[in-house]
Amino acid sequence: MVKDLEQYLRPGIGVTTYCPGCGEAILMGLILRAIDDLQLNMDDMLFVSGIGCAGWIPSPHFNADTLHTLHGRALAFATGAKMANPKLNIMVISGDGDLADIGGNHLIHAARRNIDLTVICANNMIYGMTGGQACSTTPLDAFTQTTLQGNPYRPFDLSKLVKAAGAVYVARYSVTQPFALMNSIKKALQTKGFSFIEALTPCPIQFGRRNQLDTPADMLKALASKCIMKGDAGGLSSEELADKIITGEFTDEAD
Amino acid sequence: MVWEKVKSTIPTGDYYFSGDEAVVEGAIAARAGYFAGYPITPTTEILERISVRFREVGAAFMQMEDELAAICSCLGASWAGAKAITVTSGPGFSLMQEAIGYAVMTETPVVIVDAQRAGPSSGQIRVSSGDIMQAKWGSHGGNEIIAISPWSVQELYDQTINAFNLAEGYRVPVFIMAEEVTAHLRERIHVTGEVELFKREKKAGAAPFGTEEDNGVPPMPAFGEGEKLLVTGSTHDERGLRKTVDSLAQQKLVTRFYNKIVHNKEKIIQYENYYLEDAEVVVVCYGFTARSSLFAVEGMRQDGEKVGMLRLKTLWPFADGVIRDVGSKVKRMLVPEMNTGQVVGEVMKYASCDVIPYNQVDGKIIHPSTITEQLKGIL
Repeated sequence: MVKDLEQYLRPGIGVTTYCPGCGEAILMGLILRAIDDLQLNMDDMLFVSGIGCAGWIPSPHFNADTLHTLHGRALAFATGAKMANPKLNIMVISGDGDLADIGGNHLIHAARRNIDLTVICANNMIYGMTGGQACSTTPLDAFTQTTLQGNPYRPFDLSKLVKAAGAVYVARYSVTQPFALMNSIKKALQTKGFSFIEALTPCPIQFGRRNQLDTPADMLKALASKCIMKGDAGGLSSEELADKIITGEFTDEAD
Repeated sequence: MVWEKVKSTIPTGDYYFSGDEAVVEGAIAARAGYFAGYPITPTTEILERISVRFREVGAAFMQMEDELAAICSCLGASWAGAKAITVTSGPGFSLMQEAIGYAVMTETPVVIVDAQRAGPSSGQIRVSSGDIMQAKWGSHGGNEIIAISPWSVQELYDQTINAFNLAEGYRVPVFIMAEEVTAHLRERIHVTGEVELFKREKKAGAAPFGTEEDNGVPPMPAFGEGEKLLVTGSTHDERGLRKTVDSLAQQKLVTRFYNKIVHNKEKIIQYENYYLEDAEVVVVCYGFTARSSLFAVEGMRQDGEKVGMLRLKTLWPFADGVIRDVGSKVKRMLVPEMNTGQVVGEVMKYASCDVIPYNQVDGKIIHPSTITEQLKGIL
């Protein structure tokens, strides 16, 4: 973390707990850069996070009010805090398993209610902290600790799900698109209402190693080649798009 | 502890309220700032009334998607500085258990009303007192909490205010173990013009999760005060920093949670005696069953029988002191309950006299004549 951003880190926390090559550690830096760019006051902010590796992004690392909740309940806690004190600028940072599996019900309702929150979902397509089990965003046929023969179920498209639930701003970017992701975080912070960013954050240790992406570099390269900006996807056929992940902002679409 | 006197929000006087309505007015008198709930019989009427009344007084109301969201949002609101309350019955109470443990672990004040109905499971919407043990043991790990058993609509008003004071004063979840019949009962209650409320203690820069004494309650900051709080359900030190492999930290924290309630038992526990001066057989009771018990006991006194009654107004922490004391002076205790026996086990633990249970699990109140019959059988 560059010296300029040290003011945003809790004094005494010298190291993170992240594995080498963890996408969430990259995301942490992008979030702080976004906050720094906007010159937001950390004293006005509240970071709410759930259980899982992503839940550790703000807690204990950020030098601000942080609320580390029960698994899946970050949005419920955040809703209560916002309704009790609307002046709090609340950012919810949590993982895909926490927000969309166990927390799925709270996710769609918070979006439906359009609670004024900025939600950043670190999507690594796996339950990382518990050692690599499948979750609702694990790709079909992927190998995980609980799908040793390949995942038999289809994953959610989180951005489509949250958009359908009513979020006013929805975007998906990968940590291999750092500037786009950072700018999206800035936009979400400045949007009134429920903003949701699906940040693709690769997990080399729990996902990559089991799916023939042996090193962090392999995972990042694979992710970079899979991700295609919305605007560029238009010209491709459905076969070409089959193994691509479309990134961009989704709430400006007509449908 | 700092107390302040505030005006009651409805004028001094007599009111004809249902138990549910009294809870709403009690919460408002206590200056609750946040309510979240989910419709469930028999507390749905609380949601309905509070959705209107909270708007009138400028407090926040949320109907959440389930009881997990309801209690969790209350905890978020409490840390945002509001006095928070949720209400439910058995099935919803079961859903709230994980969050109750989180409230104990993070020392988050919250009031939870459980208007008990007949379980297990969806059961019936008729009455029972089946959740008493659950209030203490429902959440994993072992939690020291405070649970109150009201017997009237007046108490549903007064004890709601008391519950907030206890929750704020001890930074602990406080349960009002009401029963369906009292939630739906209409009675005349008296509202006094002045209410005494505990003020949340603030101390800038103080450790929010530890005290010098091993039974202390730390001051309670809120989000947005510049304290850079670190609230977590994991084991932590006095600043909130996670200490998940530190045995000393685990022992220190859990011991202080236990001590802060158990060492203050004398200040927390409330009970009422009737005719204990010369009683040989005493009915030990709580909640609505105590009303039937009092009627039965008074009837038998008129017939010259040496019976008495001890009503437990606080169920947790348990009133072991008064049970030991009364138990050493009487021949027998009768413990009537609308469950298969929950408080009776605790009474047996501490009373040296014979303790006889009477258990009724048909979804109905225990009639005074039943208590009279039971008493006559053990005189």
